This record gives sequence, C-alpha cells and structure tokens, in this order.
Amino acid sequence: MPSFVINEKCDGCKALDRTACEYVCPNDLMVLDKEKNKAYNRAVDMCWECYSCVKICPTQAIEVRGYADFMPLGAVVQPLRSTDTIMWSVRFRNKMIKRFKFPIRTIPEGTIEPDAGFETGSDDLKSPLLRTEPDSLGTELFKK
Amino acid sequence: MNPDNFETIHIDTDLLILGGGMAACGAAFEAAHWAKKNNLKVTLVDKAAMERSGAVAMGLSAINMYMGLKDGKNSVEDYVNYVKTDLMGIARDDLVANIARHVDSSVHLFEKWGLPIWKDDDGNYVNEGRWQIMIHGESYKSIVSEAAKNALKELGDNGQYFERIFITEPIMEGDRCVGAAGFSVRENKFYIFKAKAVLDVMGGAVHIFRPRSVGEGLGRSWYPPFNSGASAYFTLKAGAEMTCQEVRFVPVRFKDSYGPVGAWFLLFNAKAKNAKGEDYMVTRAAELEKWAPYGTATPTPANLRNYLMLLELEEGNGPIYMRTDEAIKEVVAKIPDEKEAKRKLKMLESEAWEDFLDMTISQALNWAAHNIMPEKQPSEISACEPYFISSHSGASGAWISGPKDLAPSDYFWGYDNMTTIRGLFAAGDASGASSHKFSSGSFTEGRIAAKAALAFCVDNPETVSIDETKVQEIKEKILQPLVTFEEHKDYTNDEDVNPNYIKPKMFMFRLQKIMDEYAGGASVGFKTSKPLLDKGLEFLQYMKEDAEKLAASDLNELMRCWENIHRMWQAESHIRTILFREETRWPGYYFRTDFPEMKEDWKCFANCKWDPETGEWEMIRRKVE
Repeated sequence: MPSFVINEKCDGCKALDRTACEYVCPNDLMVLDKEKNKAYNRAVDMCWECYSCVKICPTQAIEVRGYADFMPLGAVVQPLRSTDTIMWSVRFRNKMIKRFKFPIRTIPEGTIEPDAGFETGSDDLKSPLLRTEPDSLGTELFKK
Repeated sequence: MNPDNFETIHIDTDLLILGGGMAACGAAFEAAHWAKKNNLKVTLVDKAAMERSGAVAMGLSAINMYMGLKDGKNSVEDYVNYVKTDLMGIARDDLVANIARHVDSSVHLFEKWGLPIWKDDDGNYVNEGRWQIMIHGESYKSIVSEAAKNALKELGDNGQYFERIFITEPIMEGDRCVGAAGFSVRENKFYIFKAKAVLDVMGGAVHIFRPRSVGEGLGRSWYPPFNSGASAYFTLKAGAEMTCQEVRFVPVRFKDSYGPVGAWFLLFNAKAKNAKGEDYMVTRAAELEKWAPYGTATPTPANLRNYLMLLELEEGNGPIYMRTDEAIKEVVAKIPDEKEAKRKLKMLESEAWEDFLDMTISQALNWAAHNIMPEKQPSEISACEPYFISSHSGASGAWISGPKDLAPSDYFWGYDNMTTIRGLFAAGDASGASSHKFSSGSFTEGRIAAKAALAFCVDNPETVSIDETKVQEIKEKILQPLVTFEEHKDYTNDEDVNPNYIKPKMFMFRLQKIMDEYAGGASVGFKTSKPLLDKGLEFLQYMKEDAEKLAASDLNELMRCWENIHRMWQAESHIRTILFREETRWPGYYFRTDFPEMKEDWKCFANCKWDPETGEWEMIRRKVE
C-alpha cells in the first residue's frame, strides 16, 4: 500500500491551506478528500516509500505498509522526527522491536547562512573560483 | 477541464533554473551571489517541494564524492582515472576534473549548514571507501534546500522559486534557448518563463524499463519514480547534442527493496557470494581479463562486477547473497575483549540499520518483515532494472562545453556546461560523460553551470523575445491531453478504456514492455541485438503516434502524460545509440549478443542529436581525449 492514512488520526490539516502531506510528497501522490476531510495516497504503486509524508504529518496519521507484492505482513517501521534527531521504531514480523536514534542536523532549522562565514576570493565572473572559494576548499584551486 | 480556462502567466528572468534537486540547489546557491553583483534575476522552478524533491528526498547515508584535497588525501587526477576506468575508458576528463577540484568546497559548506558528518576521535571525516564519507543524512535535502532558498532571498525581488510547476517544453528563438513552458499541477495555470540563460537540472530517468516488481512494488525503483526523463527530453527537443545515451546504469542492490550495498562492501568489507558460498569475484577472475585494461584494474568497474554476478545466475548458482553475517563475525572476532566485542557488535548493528533508514527505509521494512538480523543471516542481492543516471555509474546526458583552463579545444565552446545550444546549460543527471558526481558532485556541477550561465547573461544582455503565436501553439500542445479526454470520455462506460485515447499509465507499461523485451531489460538478462533493437524501434514509432492521443482527466494525470512522453524520448535515444555502437563495452549494463566483444575502434563517444527542423536523428562519433 506503501503510505496509508489512519482515518481516526487524520484531521485534514484543518488549520492549513494545504495538508502537510500534499505539500511535501515528491511524487504528488497525497491528496485531501474534501468531503471526508481525510488525506489519501492516490497511486500507491507510484509510492517510493520515502516516508516524507510520514515524517511531516502533524498528527502522526500516516504509516507505511510494505509493498504487498514482496513483503510479508506484520512489520512496522515508524519514525519520530524532532528538530535535531530522528527516532526509529522497527517492529519485526515476529514482534521483536528495535529502536534507533540518529542526529539529523547540527544547527537549528531556519538559521542557515549561505556563505557560512567563508570569503569569496574573486569578483571575476569569468574566474573558475566559485562562491566561498578558495576559503571553503581549504587549499588552492587545482589548475592544470 | 477546458484549456481556455487556463490563465497564461509570463515570468521574465535572466537565469532560469529548471529543477529543484541537488544540482538545482547548488545552482541557486551559486547564482544568488553572482547575480547580486551583476544585478541579474534568478528563478528556480521545481515540480515538487524543494524541501524533499529529487533523488535525495529520502536522505542519504553517505556522501560518495569527497576528495580530501586540503589534507592531500587524493589528487584530482586520481579521481579522473577512477571514473574513466569505471566507465570502461569513456569519460570526459575535463568535466570530471572540474567537479573534483571544487567538490570539497561544497561538502565543507554542507557541514557548516548543519549536516552531521561522522567524525573519528581526531575530528576527521570517517571514510566509507576512498572517496566516500559517512553522514547522518536523513535531512540532507532539507538542509541543502534551505541554504538554496536563503541564498535566493539575498536577491530580494530578483530571486524567486516556484514549486509544483511541471516544465515540459523548451522555448527557442533561432539557435538560442530563451525559456521554458510548463503548467501548475495544482491550479489551472500555464507558465511561460522567458530567460537569457536556461539551466536544465531536472534529474535522470526511471520507469523506462519494466521494473522487476510490477504490483505495488512498481514504485520501489532504486532511483526515484518521479525522475522521469525531463532533462533529456528538454535538451533533445531543443536540438542539443547528447552523449552516452547508451550508458544506462544497472545497480546491484539488496533484492526487491533496493537498499544500499556501499556500506556493506566498503565499510564492513562484506563479500557477495553465490548459493554455494563461492566468491564469484575470485572464482571468475579470469573473465575480467577479457575486459582489460579496465577489467584488470582495481577497483573492478561496477558493470563488470554486475557481469560476473549475471554469469553466476545464468549458470543457476543463485540466489546471490551479501554475506552480512560473515562480515560482522569477522569484525567482532578481531576484538579479544568480550565486552568490547559486544559493544562493537551493537555499534555495527546500529550503523547497518541507519544505512537503510537514512536512504532506503523500505529496506529496513523488508528486513523487519522477513525477520532478518544481518549479524545472523545473509541477505539476497540482485541487479535492478536499468536507469538513466549520469551522476552515478551511468553516463547519459547532454554533451557540454568543458572549462576553458582544463578542456581540450574540441571540448570547449565558450562557457562551462553549456550544451551545443546557445544559452542552454546542463548539470547533474542532465549532463553526460562525467559520471560519479553523486549528490555532492551534482550540487557542485550545478554551481559551476550557474556561474557560467550568468557570465553568458552578461555577455548577451540583449532582451530576448518570444513569438506570441508560438506560445499559443505550445500551450495548446501541452494541454491537449485534457482536451482529448473531455472530447471522448462519455463514449464508453469506463474512462480508462476508450478506443479514442490512451491513459498515461498504460502508455508507460507499453513503453516498459518494449524496452524490457527488445532493448535488453532485466527479464532478458540485459541482452539485446540489432534485430531486437530494430523491432523495438519499430514499436516505438507506433508509440510516438499514439502519444498524440494521450488523455488526462486532471492536472496530475496531465503531468503523468508528459512524464511518459519524456520517458519515450529517453528510450528512443537509448535504442538508437545502443544500435549505433557495434560492440559490447559495459557487459553488466547491456550485452550486444551480435557484437559480444569490446573493440578498440569504438573507444569513442557515441553521440546523437535530433533535428527540430527535420525531425531526423543524427548519430555522431566524438573522440575520447
């Protein structure tokens, strides 16, 4: 099925102009059923199982059921993504549970400065030096 | 849906960046700086949301291209040699070197932007292999796209990005590309972007060949299903020369979910073995000599590793296993202290799972569904269906100018990364013959191309004009599938079955069947020959005619129609180029049974070009220098 929406948990992102899953799906699969006020995946066989919708859902209403044409039933892999880490719960078909936590970013979202403190060494549009170089390279630019 | 209700929106800009993935983000970051200095406008158009668009949408567990130049770890020449050997002698040294000399700068920026890169106790990056470094990359794309958006903000009103707009047609004035046309996938709006320079960075192509899984698992391609050949279509339709359109990529990955094998091979030193427990890289070493000098080089080129595995399968020696169990045992056995060994085992386990969870979550789900514990049992690997991805180990894309200071004279025509069409630039999966750029190299190549494209804007400041009659023609053509559907939908009881039109999904299946069976897909062991290719080409001509009858019931389906037209063009250029090259050079990618050997006189680029005036294809040999 790849990603599916749990009816009870989905509130159609009522406060937003567009549901979070519709906003993010890289393959434009998530749609809001306006009558039911629930989101759904309109083409499950085009789903990459990338979990972008699962990670962004504000009510944790989206999960993934592995592709039925090659995965036995019963496994669940579910993330909980915070501002700087992601916690994964992996439940096996045999009910064993494993949990993993990994960092996802080292500075807060929204604070990225493009130049990151590096100086650009040339104003010449025809020079091979790119923005922030050679500072960001840490060495001179290779020349033949 | 009536096309007359589609408002036409005109956007004027200087540099138009088409795409939103790694190369596009690199382009936006770089362009903002130089555009500000030269008072130029930059506009980026993405078919999805930049935060999670393109091949890195899910994240990555490694950056596969980092040179370590500042620490003298490798040289630019080392990388050029590695890439050229992996591609069996067919690569552009100038393009590979240009990316290699800049790529570390991009990686250092990623780190400052907040991407967690693994470090050892001395604070150095942890290498997975010689060129690969390990990252906690779940948010890799979110981070890089934030940097790109913030860079565009530096331009104020001169920096804009549009999301959910699907680009399909190049706009030409004489011999110059002056813009692009597309439509919103959310509302009835048709877009004309007019620009002094256009950068094509719309990714590679998937779903051209029939996938191994055709139920729900259809979507579980190794490379994303939303990379549908837009880049190649755009440059082909503009009349640009293409290169290496025969050099598809067939990755060998964990079976069905296509989880990454890099960490297992490189970080954990695991071996792939046949069902009898034999390491076919050892038992079949003699085969590699036939493909010398590339076959006898270290590391063995990716396509030859595939080939040896395919030979095993042909002889009935499958399944092929990644011996994760043996690899972990070996690492742990080297640690005499029991407590320390246990700690190491736990760490390896976490690293192994993160490798999947960061970039192919489906593989973690697959292991959990099959109760697989990698330290206890091996996992099957297999060759995926073919993809078009020049940023990895394929090479298909536009033939572009190299940099002035590195390119030989016949590889240089004025601006880095400009195609053979004036004002049209390409990078990432859109540019060919410069494989192994991966995420960091694609971002970097986007930077190189954007800077060069802005130099083109400064050198060609004249206002470009677009003929209004032409705009109307393009609009009608792009929206035609909606009209076709409206006209005929009431004729039958089932809107998907109608003799007057074809829906994009069945059109895609038809293309995949042709490519799989005639052009050397997975189901025929990647083998093909002239009679098969001729037949495939014949069937493609019917498809080209039927493409005029594609029908769409809504905007989403309209996008699917055009995605599949893009795929069809990628497919045709692929068949024509395989047909042109009368040898077998990448036996693990495709095998010409009528020309089973590599030939010295084919040590050249096989290029192709479609002429927009005559509709004819031209095949061209270019020297490898």
